[in-house]
Amino acid sequence: MNAISAGKLSWRMLMRDARAGELHLLALALVIAVASVTTVGFFADRVERALSRQANQLLGGDLLLVSDRYWPEEYEARARGAGLSVARTARFPSMVTRVDRTASQLDAPPPQPTPRKGEGASAPGESVDRSVQSEEALLSQIRAVTPGYPLRGQLRIADTPFAEGHNAEAIPAPGTAWVDDKLYNRLHLEVGDAIKVGQARLNVAAVLLQEPDAAVGFLNLAPRLVLNYADLAATGLIQPGSRIRYQLLVAGEVSAVEDYREWAAARIGLGQRIESIRDARPEIRSALERAGSFLGLASLVAVILAAAAVALAARRFLQRHLDGCAIMRCLGASQGRILQLYVQQFVILGIVASMVGCVIGYGAQYVLANFLGSFVAADLPQASLLPALHGFAAGLLLLLGFALPPLVMLGKVPTLRVMRRELGAPGGVGVLGYLLGFGAISALILWKAYDLTLGLYMLAGFSAALVASGALVWLLLKLLRGANSGGISWRYGIANLRRRALGSVIQIVALALGIMALLVLTLIRGDLLNAWKGSLPPDAPNRFVINIQPDQLQTLAEFFAAKQISPPQFHPMVRGRLTAINGNKASPEDYADDRAKRLVDREFNLSWGQELGDDNRLIAGRWWDELEDEQEALLSVEEGIAETLSIKLGDTLTYDIAGQTLKAKVASLRKVDWDSFRVNFFVLAAPGVLDDYPASYVTSFHLPPERAGVLNDLVKSFPNMLVIDVAAVVTQVQKIMDQVVSAVEFVFLFTLASGLVVLFAALASTQDERVFEAAIMRALGASRRQLAKAQAAEFVAIGALAGLLAAAGASVLAFVVADRVLHLPYSGSPEVWAIGMVCGAAGVLLLGMLGTRVALNAPPLAILRRIA
Amino acid sequence: MQAIRLSKKVGADATALTILDDVSFDIEAGDAVAILGVSGSGKSTLLGLLAGLDTPSDGKVVLGGRDLFALDEDGRAALRGQMAGFVFQSFQLLPALTALENVMLPLELAAHPKPDDAARALLGRVGLGERLGHYPKQLSGGEQQRVAIARAFAGKPKIVFADEPTGNLDAATGAEIIDLMFKLNRENQTTLVLVTHDEALAQRCSRRLRLAAGRLISGAVLQQAHA
Repeated sequence: MNAISAGKLSWRMLMRDARAGELHLLALALVIAVASVTTVGFFADRVERALSRQANQLLGGDLLLVSDRYWPEEYEARARGAGLSVARTARFPSMVTRVDRTASQLDAPPPQPTPRKGEGASAPGESVDRSVQSEEALLSQIRAVTPGYPLRGQLRIADTPFAEGHNAEAIPAPGTAWVDDKLYNRLHLEVGDAIKVGQARLNVAAVLLQEPDAAVGFLNLAPRLVLNYADLAATGLIQPGSRIRYQLLVAGEVSAVEDYREWAAARIGLGQRIESIRDARPEIRSALERAGSFLGLASLVAVILAAAAVALAARRFLQRHLDGCAIMRCLGASQGRILQLYVQQFVILGIVASMVGCVIGYGAQYVLANFLGSFVAADLPQASLLPALHGFAAGLLLLLGFALPPLVMLGKVPTLRVMRRELGAPGGVGVLGYLLGFGAISALILWKAYDLTLGLYMLAGFSAALVASGALVWLLLKLLRGANSGGISWRYGIANLRRRALGSVIQIVALALGIMALLVLTLIRGDLLNAWKGSLPPDAPNRFVINIQPDQLQTLAEFFAAKQISPPQFHPMVRGRLTAINGNKASPEDYADDRAKRLVDREFNLSWGQELGDDNRLIAGRWWDELEDEQEALLSVEEGIAETLSIKLGDTLTYDIAGQTLKAKVASLRKVDWDSFRVNFFVLAAPGVLDDYPASYVTSFHLPPERAGVLNDLVKSFPNMLVIDVAAVVTQVQKIMDQVVSAVEFVFLFTLASGLVVLFAALASTQDERVFEAAIMRALGASRRQLAKAQAAEFVAIGALAGLLAAAGASVLAFVVADRVLHLPYSGSPEVWAIGMVCGAAGVLLLGMLGTRVALNAPPLAILRRIA
Repeated sequence: MQAIRLSKKVGADATALTILDDVSFDIEAGDAVAILGVSGSGKSTLLGLLAGLDTPSDGKVVLGGRDLFALDEDGRAALRGQMAGFVFQSFQLLPALTALENVMLPLELAAHPKPDDAARALLGRVGLGERLGHYPKQLSGGEQQRVAIARAFAGKPKIVFADEPTGNLDAATGAEIIDLMFKLNRENQTTLVLVTHDEALAQRCSRRLRLAAGRLISGAVLQQAHA
């Protein structure tokens, strides 16, 4: 028989099996597996992009090109050609001068109204006459912007400092400027007043409350002013040699942005660099990483359940096709031939089911995207087609790993089974079969895990859980032998469990897997998500105060107390420049990485402390308390910066601190949870090491939005201090958390569906046998009631056992994920055990009785004839 | 067909149970041979060995000039596909296949050019022309056995093995089935080997082999002397 006719026969056999309902369960398991992998893939893909885009609001665009020269038009044209939106800014320091009111009214251009809906700008000249104050000047950070700026996020403006304000709908009109609170207060400005920037005379049109990237430019502490790019030339400040930073911002479709980044990266030269948000804010990176872990977790649980469902369905398929294969052997088909026919049949099934799954997955993520639209972003980016390919591959991989071993056994069915039905399939699936299944699920887990650690934990956890629960069930079944008390129904039910020992073990473990998924979904998911959200409470610090002098600590603490703000913790800070690593001079040229160049180029903040903070974890080396005998000065370095600068444990770092040299050894590496928003340092010294160096202090505190006025008082009372507003970043991280929580809850719906299919498949795996036995029992005179009780006893025992295992599995899984992957405290929930057992028993009883009710209701002969 | 010193033992040497003990006989082409004996006498085991469904502990079976047990399992399957048809006590129809599809199966496996037409014709001959699309569970026992007979003759086999073909049927239906089988046997000039404990049925066969406790007690016709 040639390949084409063999293919045709396989197709006909597939159709016949499908028509007879033999493939429903397997197809359903595959479709759900592929659909959930695809949906999670599509969804995670899109949500991740949406979240990144949200984070990019802090940057003003998706990508930021920074240079000390004007970006050639080529760069702008290229971006526009790729469908990206583009804006330019130029930033430079300059004196800003207040122009005497009388003078300004003589020669200033008429004021332009603030672009604001509903209200007009305040007219000049309404306020008190301050002509006595003539001119004042202040060094400020000027930013000229082109229309469209910012491409992501908003400029927030108002008529007075620290007011509620509103989002600006355009940039300042030509001839006007927006000034921040520092400039406003220190130059005693009001909206409508005139100022001079270089040669240009501008009218103050609004007070600038917030710029998208204010929180990113941590070191940019000068007063700020925004003007229209069109006025830049008029300032006369653009001269050769001026300190101007030109920025080109681009935003748009993720792939286009990525392409553009590659294109630009290949061209930029000295003094030019490309930034994106992940480079800029470790807090956002942290939050996005955890978001990825959560979505990965949801997707992994779905994959594992789907694998279990496919395995169970394939096992049932095998059992139901033993006769058919024996007959085909009898009719002259060789082992290879039968194997070929079924493998072809399954490949066709796999392709069809995977396609259906992909389509469902694609549709489902649209539904989810619509739902999430209100949370995430109005313009959720389009998903790529890659997740569909992943889903497809996952479907075929599952089928290969879990359906092929039973198929190989089908080919080996003893022909004599046609005469002696008691001859079943030969032996077990065999080592190869188990290895194949294990290999398939391992490959899937490691591939679909967004985070390798998570994947490895899941893989190890599930393998151990399967083996341990299998052994436990086996043992319990043996122990149940003693449970001979109780009525005949109970004895018969339990005897049944023991007799089908292997089937029972598989069934109970599979049920446990399904129930575990449901427990994780219903009880533990909430705990984990709450723990995560709890790590960033509503009162997380949103303001940093730096440059606090040692003699101001007392008065500042009193200031906070007077304002009824809980007295914050002060952290010492010494600024130093890294000059050598292990005696080798460190210079920016040694590093290819942009971030590394900048880190070497600038001063670091060094601090010291006795204790390791809650949001710090040692990942290498030892903390001070274990190193008391050490004579050398010791440092602890954050792992990210250590990696960037190629610093290893034991290295000796040399710092230049205000002209003095400090040499110290790296005693430990730390991982810092930046999204805690507490004050943290890249480099910590052991207590005493920095005592001889000049220090200032830094602190962080939470300021509710309605008390923004406190800042005014703070700045006035302590003019040397600088307050940095990270409220926007905190809000952004909290938003990301909320959205991820919603997303994860949705993705878990698919896990739920997989869990239900596993439950159903597990019950269906012994259904034929149960129905047949029940018919025999009835034929032998067992009453309907006796039979129902015997089956109920069996189902309750199975369900409770599976529920118990499920609770154990769910608790361990939750603990491991919380502790090892998400690094969150998790106390466990004791009710899981009770709920697991009760719901397991009740659920299996209900579904099981539904499945075998036919045996109780139909005449025994009809069943015996149908099944025999 | 020749059976030469066939033995079948199960279990280890010390406790081995002998099911067939040194059985030899020949069957001529076109013969109808009944294998008779009480339950446990080894009839079904003998049939299984003759058809190559099982392997003997000793001895050999020559079918169409080829030693069955010199072939491997797949080789025997191929030989069965070319030469043999089967009818079983419990019918052994595939429940997911219609009557027509059950009969088509051996033809499809043999890559017959028009399995559909051949199967329809055969089902017509066994009186089931109107029930082609019915599933086994929708057919009576007699009807199921007719489908099985049609399937057995579908591949135009040289020899048909039948294991208690009327064992699951009432007397009247059983008689109809036997008539049908003998009719098809004559028409196709097939060799028929059937296992039964029904004397009346055995009397319709041209030869009878009687087994007791695994030994052949009558009916052996040896055309060649075997040592």
